[in-house]
Amino acid sequence: MSMQLTINGETKQTDAGTVRELLVSLELHKQAVAVEVNREVVPKKLHESTPLKDGDTVELVTLVGGG
Amino acid sequence: MPTPVDTPDTPKTLDAPLTVAGRTLSSRLIVGTGKYADYPTMQQALDASGAQVVTVAVRRERLVNEKGESLLDFIDTSRYTILPNTAGCFTAEDAVRVARLGREILDQLDNPGKDWVKLEVLADKKTLLPDPVGTLEACAELVKDGFKVLCYTSDDPVMAVKIKEAGAASVMPAGSPIGSGQGVLNPNAIRIILELLKEDDPDYPVILDAGVGTASDVTTAMELGADAVLLNTGIAHAKDAVRMAHAMRHALEAGRLSYLAGRIPKKLYASASSPWSGVISYIPGE
Repeated sequence: MSMQLTINGETKQTDAGTVRELLVSLELHKQAVAVEVNREVVPKKLHESTPLKDGDTVELVTLVGGG
Repeated sequence: MPTPVDTPDTPKTLDAPLTVAGRTLSSRLIVGTGKYADYPTMQQALDASGAQVVTVAVRRERLVNEKGESLLDFIDTSRYTILPNTAGCFTAEDAVRVARLGREILDQLDNPGKDWVKLEVLADKKTLLPDPVGTLEACAELVKDGFKVLCYTSDDPVMAVKIKEAGAASVMPAGSPIGSGQGVLNPNAIRIILELLKEDDPDYPVILDAGVGTASDVTTAMELGADAVLLNTGIAHAKDAVRMAHAMRHALEAGRLSYLAGRIPKKLYASASSPWSGVISYIPGE
């Protein structure tokens, strides 16, 4: 059951039903990644239980060099 | 060429360590991790700087990674306290969002910096000057949310006082614009900030953040009485970043010890270092 999400500003089709499944499908589940769904942070311990629905806006962020 | 002599390390008794937000830090130098030619150079420079706290930025994960390298592969998170910044935010709302995302990542890493944030709310891309209204708003909001806010601001003493009143764990005035390398442009403003913030609260940490171009800028800031210095470009963009990191570490120690030791007053006329008594020569005017 494919649905459309906006991930990091880009429209994507996915079959992932939860935040955890999305991270696995993007091969990001083993890294330190913070997830925001519709502008609310989803803590890691809730990744498995947090469903995604068609039209959700997701931000996946990490740490980069900065001052 | 003679072999250089190893000089002794500065005894630890000459300076007490800095405490910020209840945590004691082993170094008064805080360095950024941005703008390095490559990660191995950054890694060596961080090591040479002696810093315990390093700043990082929070950015979108690139879904297709070009080089496959990640900053976190090059930072020992058991050694360094990671201070995430809100660089690139122009509204209080975005800064609060980014701070919360940073906290979530550091929580996953179980890093001691997880409740810390280097708050910056900028006015525009060209000057990178802080937006005072947005800064204050975001600071209050983040403090309410349990963050230890280390707050970037201009060298305006009035704003510095307001940010402290809003609950910031540290006020971090800029010496000069971010990445400009102009050093401490208005030492008197920094002096006033230090006086106002520390008057009834001598241990309140004031950290000079931004503008450092070279080692003597760090020394100047510390001689004024700043508790620490935060810098990035001054090391990362030096021709030899690792060598400059060593220089910055020494400059910080020099400035700090000089501040604690208490400089001599400036006088208009000379004061001889050798005694006049026993001089065998003719002295003009005597």
